[in-house]
Amino acid sequence: MKYQNLGSKPTRNGFGIALAEMGEKHNNLVVIGADVTGSVLTSFFKEKFPERFISVGVAEQNATTVAAGLALSGKIAVFSSYSAFSAFRNADMLRVSVAYNDVNVKIGGGHAGVTVGPDGATHQSLEEIAFVRALPNMTLVVPADYEETRKATIAVIEKPGPAFIRFGRPSVPMFTTPESVFEIGKANVLTDGSDVAIVACGHLVWEALLAADILESKHGIKARVINNHTIKPIDVKTITDASIQCGAIVTAEEHQVHGGLGGAVAEVVAKNYPCPIEFVGMRDEFGGSGEPDELMIKYGMTHKEIVMSVFKVLERKEKGFVGYRKVSDVPISDN
Amino acid sequence: MDFKVEFSDLTFENKRREPEEYHQIALEIRRDIIKSLVLAKSGHSGGPLGISDLMTVLFFGGYMNYQPQNPSYEQRDRFVLSSGHMAPVLYSILARAGYFSPHELTSLRKFGTRLQGHPGLDVHLPGIETSSGSLGQGVSIAVGMAISDRVIDKNDRAVFTLSGDGELQEGICWESAMSAGSLGLDNLCWIVDNNDCQIDGRVKNVMSIYPIKDKFESFNFDVIEIDAHNYIELVEAFDKFEKNKKSKIGKPTCIIAKSIMGKGVSFMHDDYKWHGNPPNLEQAKKALEELI
Ligand SMILES: Cc1ncc(C[n+]2csc(CCOP(=O)(O)OP(=O)(O)O)c2C)c(N)n1
Repeated sequence: MKYQNLGSKPTRNGFGIALAEMGEKHNNLVVIGADVTGSVLTSFFKEKFPERFISVGVAEQNATTVAAGLALSGKIAVFSSYSAFSAFRNADMLRVSVAYNDVNVKIGGGHAGVTVGPDGATHQSLEEIAFVRALPNMTLVVPADYEETRKATIAVIEKPGPAFIRFGRPSVPMFTTPESVFEIGKANVLTDGSDVAIVACGHLVWEALLAADILESKHGIKARVINNHTIKPIDVKTITDASIQCGAIVTAEEHQVHGGLGGAVAEVVAKNYPCPIEFVGMRDEFGGSGEPDELMIKYGMTHKEIVMSVFKVLERKEKGFVGYRKVSDVPISDN
Repeated sequence: MDFKVEFSDLTFENKRREPEEYHQIALEIRRDIIKSLVLAKSGHSGGPLGISDLMTVLFFGGYMNYQPQNPSYEQRDRFVLSSGHMAPVLYSILARAGYFSPHELTSLRKFGTRLQGHPGLDVHLPGIETSSGSLGQGVSIAVGMAISDRVIDKNDRAVFTLSGDGELQEGICWESAMSAGSLGLDNLCWIVDNNDCQIDGRVKNVMSIYPIKDKFESFNFDVIEIDAHNYIELVEAFDKFEKNKKSKIGKPTCIIAKSIMGKGVSFMHDDYKWHGNPPNLEQAKKALEELI
């Protein structure tokens, strides 16, 4: 395989380290804590810059609107909690005070997905990509590993305006390096291939790489793996190219199959150049307690489901997808 | 380490008792909490240990009307665990009341369990009235239940709910208190577990919610402050709620239970770092030696 596990680390550590780094560079960076600072690792910033850390208690709604108030006073305001509570408890605040005001508030959604593990369904946020990406003005990134989360955090802090960054709890393989390019809105094509494209984000990018390896070595199928770390603004060009050149797409995410990355990709493809798509993700159900690996298997979010979905989508591609056109010069809309 | 975790078969009746009996039952509950958490390898120790005495009196002191063999019994009083992370104490209590076998406590937080990390209605564990774990929602659900009983159906049922003190930082708690107070829900008993601990530290330092008593009083609650480890005071508090309800006092009752996180286990005593951790094998063994 072209990519290797350079060492497992949680993505949340990348978030925490980057915040502490950026606190050095921007003296108007203020971080708000809602009692889970050691979990989402805003504690790193808190230790370094206690005077710019505000604890509001378990009050995510207030944290979000306070962040908006700080941003309206010239600050870069960061608030992070578990994604279940920093995207949903405060949903209206995110919509009106943050997105509509179009202010410099950065929300960290930690412990996302079923990999938070034994805490169970209440804490396993699997719907926030759908919600956050529907908000105008918002930037939404779902980085794949520690290093990319570090870079993505820096990137959203440097980019004016509201942003949401989603990351997880467990240690996961790191395969990007400090040298890998990270640009908001620009998906990274990780492997070449034109039989099928696998578009993934977050923890599922590594699984997509594993799947591509199996597909090539065991089945002679060359998959183009795309790390679509930015859900909004979505990379229309890279996704449309994948549809044109591969003619079949599998999306993979640790999120409901409805409304998330899969939905975003389907919108681009339907509008610009339709091809069959299969969706790997949480199949319209709530999670439950268990170890992260057990849960990813139970709920069907591993390289195995990606491989199976590739077979399925290739069958549809061969049969001739309704509305599917052979490669031709179709103009690409940039929306 | 040669140490085997076993659960007894004991169940307890729901009736008025002497303090020493409560003490013995609460010890069994605390042992269950330690045992289930050491097996789970994750979960919350401190809060559940601290509220064991109160939960014991509430469920085994004849203050709640329930039938473990008939969990959906229509006239039952309901208990809503708003602090869903305190599930280990509720699971132990329900098992010891006879809702399900205490041996099921071995499955806490494990794959496929009915004993979810935070209570889930979807897994149908007898005795669980609602899913909870997103702080603040439980108290509001309890208010909804109390409205259903008191205002709509006009029946005699009571609703008990337990929230943490850190939990009170959630705005929804005060929206709930406002509803309960202005609707005069005297069938509602809201217990605040006041251990002054939460994840990031002391509640007074993370974000003070004090004075709690004045706040609830200003929302038209009858507020009783007690030592959560004193059985006489616990009994008096629940007696008072019973009286308030019977006389239709027109006010909900709030019991501020001054508790100690980790109570009963010396190395967890009053230490917020035990909010969300389980004991390891060695610690569990030590804790169980102390809980006799
Ligand atoms: C809405 C929401 N925000 C955050 C959390 C994470 N969380 C779980 S328990 C807890 C602290 C609660 O403190 P307290 O109510 O005092 O409980 P105790 O520490 O006494 O167990 C937090 C922040 C949550 N479960 N729900």
